[in-house]
Amino acid sequence: MSKDQYLIEKNGNKYEVIIGLEVHAQVLSESKLFSTSATKFGSEPNTQVSLVDAAFPGMLPVINEFCVRQAVKTGIGLNAKINKKSIFDRKNYFYADLPQGYQISQYKDPIVGEGTVVLDLPSGPKTIGIERLHLEQDAGKSIHDIDPSSTLVDLNRSGVALMEIVSKPDLRSPEEVNLYIKKLRSIMRYLGTCDGNMQEGSLRADVNVSVRKIGTDKLGTRCEIKNVNSIKFMQMAIEYEANRQSELLEQGNIVDQETRLFDTKKNQTRSMRSKEDAHDYRYFPDPDLLPLEFDDKFIENIKKEIPELPDQKKNRFIEKFKLSPYEATILVSDLETSKFFEKVIEKSDVKLSANWITGELFALLNEKNIEISESPISAENLSKLINLISDGTISGKIAKTVFEIMSKNNKDPNIIVKEKGLKQESDPKALEKLIQKVLSSNDDKVKEYKSGKEKLFSFFVGQAMKESKGKGNPQMINKILKEKLNG
Amino acid sequence: MANLIDLTLSDLVNKVKSKEISSKEITSAYIDRSKQSKKLNTYVEETFDSALKFSENFDNNPNFKKKLPGIPLAVKDLFCTKNVKTTASSKILENFIPSYESTVTENLWNEGAILMGKLNCDEFAMGSSNETSHFGNVISPIDDNLVPGGSSGGSASALAAKLTPATIGTDTGGSIRQPASFTGTVGLKPTYGSCSRYGIVAFASSLDQAGPMTKDVKDCALLLEVMSSFDPKDSTSINFKRPNYSSNLNKNIKGKKIGIPKEYTVDGMPLEIEKLWEKGKNYLKDCGAEIIDISLPHTNYALPTYYIVAPAEASSNLARYDGVKYGFRAEGENLIDMYEKTRSKGFGDEVKRRIMIGTYVLSSGYYDAYYLKAQKVRKLIKNDFDNAFNKVDAILTPSTPSSAFKIGDKKDDPVSMYLNDIFTVPVNLAGLPGISIPAGLDKNNYPLGLQIIGKPFDEQGILDIAYSMEEKINFKLKTNDWWIK
Repeated sequence: MSKDQYLIEKNGNKYEVIIGLEVHAQVLSESKLFSTSATKFGSEPNTQVSLVDAAFPGMLPVINEFCVRQAVKTGIGLNAKINKKSIFDRKNYFYADLPQGYQISQYKDPIVGEGTVVLDLPSGPKTIGIERLHLEQDAGKSIHDIDPSSTLVDLNRSGVALMEIVSKPDLRSPEEVNLYIKKLRSIMRYLGTCDGNMQEGSLRADVNVSVRKIGTDKLGTRCEIKNVNSIKFMQMAIEYEANRQSELLEQGNIVDQETRLFDTKKNQTRSMRSKEDAHDYRYFPDPDLLPLEFDDKFIENIKKEIPELPDQKKNRFIEKFKLSPYEATILVSDLETSKFFEKVIEKSDVKLSANWITGELFALLNEKNIEISESPISAENLSKLINLISDGTISGKIAKTVFEIMSKNNKDPNIIVKEKGLKQESDPKALEKLIQKVLSSNDDKVKEYKSGKEKLFSFFVGQAMKESKGKGNPQMINKILKEKLNG
Repeated sequence: MANLIDLTLSDLVNKVKSKEISSKEITSAYIDRSKQSKKLNTYVEETFDSALKFSENFDNNPNFKKKLPGIPLAVKDLFCTKNVKTTASSKILENFIPSYESTVTENLWNEGAILMGKLNCDEFAMGSSNETSHFGNVISPIDDNLVPGGSSGGSASALAAKLTPATIGTDTGGSIRQPASFTGTVGLKPTYGSCSRYGIVAFASSLDQAGPMTKDVKDCALLLEVMSSFDPKDSTSINFKRPNYSSNLNKNIKGKKIGIPKEYTVDGMPLEIEKLWEKGKNYLKDCGAEIIDISLPHTNYALPTYYIVAPAEASSNLARYDGVKYGFRAEGENLIDMYEKTRSKGFGDEVKRRIMIGTYVLSSGYYDAYYLKAQKVRKLIKNDFDNAFNKVDAILTPSTPSSAFKIGDKKDDPVSMYLNDIFTVPVNLAGLPGISIPAGLDKNNYPLGLQIIGKPFDEQGILDIAYSMEEKINFKLKTNDWWIK
């Protein structure tokens, strides 16, 4: 048992939390799963709806091959088994935003079978099992708060392709869920199969939570928390749910198997429907669609399109650039960051580049709450800045000042240094002259130093830097001072 | 031209091409007769004015290369027709006007045909007597108290009463062949995947096929040739080389092996049906064909299998009629209440019955025992035919176990109604082509039909057999126009 294991403690009893996720990831595709309608987010309501999406009489679904390729690609990225034959089923239920009266999904025979995702935990890597990935249609959107007396329906989303990625119950804490979602999103972004944009609903999850007393093997009764659309809410929901269930068990009650909703205002989950009220979806193979079948060549061709994925890239960064696993993990977690990093190191020192990106640049992006693709400082200019440090033109301290200026105008750092006169003084003669001046005007301190008060060395350094107006090369000042004082 | 309406479709085509008659003359004649024949209740929507206009346009700018040059046709109201009301004979679609055209009807218009109107049918094609239509039952021109069969009853009646020179229907379990048999006309259900289902109001997707209904076999070949096409908009459409059925038509069937399935002799089948079947065998022998006894051992399970598979698919296919997007809506207190009221008022009894059966057989706990088992049996039925077709080229059976029955006779006895499909249903389950041709009369002078079942995609084969038999049978449909005042 590791000491950072996530446990719920009730009256001295410790409960372990078992979590499985059903992630719904919108397939990155120009058109829908079974129609040619566009999928652009944020369009005017009901402007991206074909007769098929609105389920007009006699309309028939026709599979979008691109979405199939995207699902296979994702399956490969999850190291999963690709099923050469899969079947589309109808999941039958009535709702106003489900025009067909059924959702076309995959039930018994999904397109992708078992796979894995590796999480980088502080304690080391942990493999999370993937149960399956299947393709399905999204529903439309019911809007209840525009008109007081009626519900409005927007079918733009109706028929959009989703990948439902089901994990095994291998997750054990809210933090693991956080890492899992981020890793999954990172893999799909690398693959270009899902943009992972949670604000726009491209990635959402149903969270299955159960608890069991530590040391027991049998899984407890689980509750499913439906349709949670942010990592923060997932974590809060899990925490609430784990506590609720542990408390129930502690009081000698049982956990009812049920579907729950996370109330983002109260930060609580509440019951939506019990097992008894569960829908009978009457799944059966959709007779409008033939089984989805492809051959090894189809899969091989898609494999050729698979780019370097986060785990491979991380290993390459560690081996080739001698980065620490921690640095490498951070730099590969987002495809754009890794691209930015690789661009910078084309012409600059690797270690300095890694430090500056994970340090100053990340702090800046965080502060502005923007993605690296929107960075106010381009990779080219950051590279130039790092080179100015490497070649001794400016000190690291000055570089921070230059960085600050660059963040406002993305100017070439060479120009900033020139314009502001920030170039480091590295001429030994000039520095010697300057240091001589400092020593001469501090005769008493020199004596004290020579008599053994070595602490005063930093005082001299400070005075010399001051004399140079901050531009003196610190290494050289050190060196010259040492020669003068000890010589 | 007094006898214009007695001409076959092929004759009309030839006479238009040779400029003996104009499209407008034909169209006017059929419209006039249709107007006099309201008693039969065949039309649910008339497009007479636009049909006349189209026929004038055709005559002004004729294209004689078309296969159906300026020919007026009325079609079953299950085909969606652009800007023309399409109801599937249901209240729930009573005011539905599609903005699109079904592929099959599109094919007709592309070959020069002109829409005269939409024909009555059983509601959502669920029925064998055309008594389940929201617009009332159709009467057979054969007799004033007789059903025309169903579900393509309006089509069969209109064809037999000469209100349209030919027509098209859909066949899920016999809905083309049974009414053709009841009305002394020719009806063909093609191989599953031959005719596109795009734009046809769905009943049971894995069984539904559109097909021609005509006065004779030659017309049937011609109309099938126009209807059948590969359609990427229907994922179950099959891309195979479609022959020119009409020009390939060949009466020589010498040496063809025709199977007679022993299981099709059912209990309680009238003697006259057995005699008709016997007659059919003799005609075939006369044509030089060889008669071979065969067995289709799972025939007995076909009807129960069908009445699980078809309602299961229907229960899901009809879920879209919910009052939300189009068609009839009954206002309710809330969403669920609106659904319940809309669907209670919008669907008729037979449709509700099948939705409930279908919902039941798919529900958790019953799925394996009903739906899954039915799928397995369906496979066995298909295997029966595959095995038989190793020995024979085609199979001959009666089309129906009886002649047409009286209006109201079976309306309250669904099982007896369902039994009517006993010889046609296995063909749909196996996805095979089947044709019904008129072959004789019963003691009341009601028509009786024989069915020829073919190998997949061998429409040409069964058309050829039907063509040679037709000559021997020399059936003449006689009606005395009793419904015209």
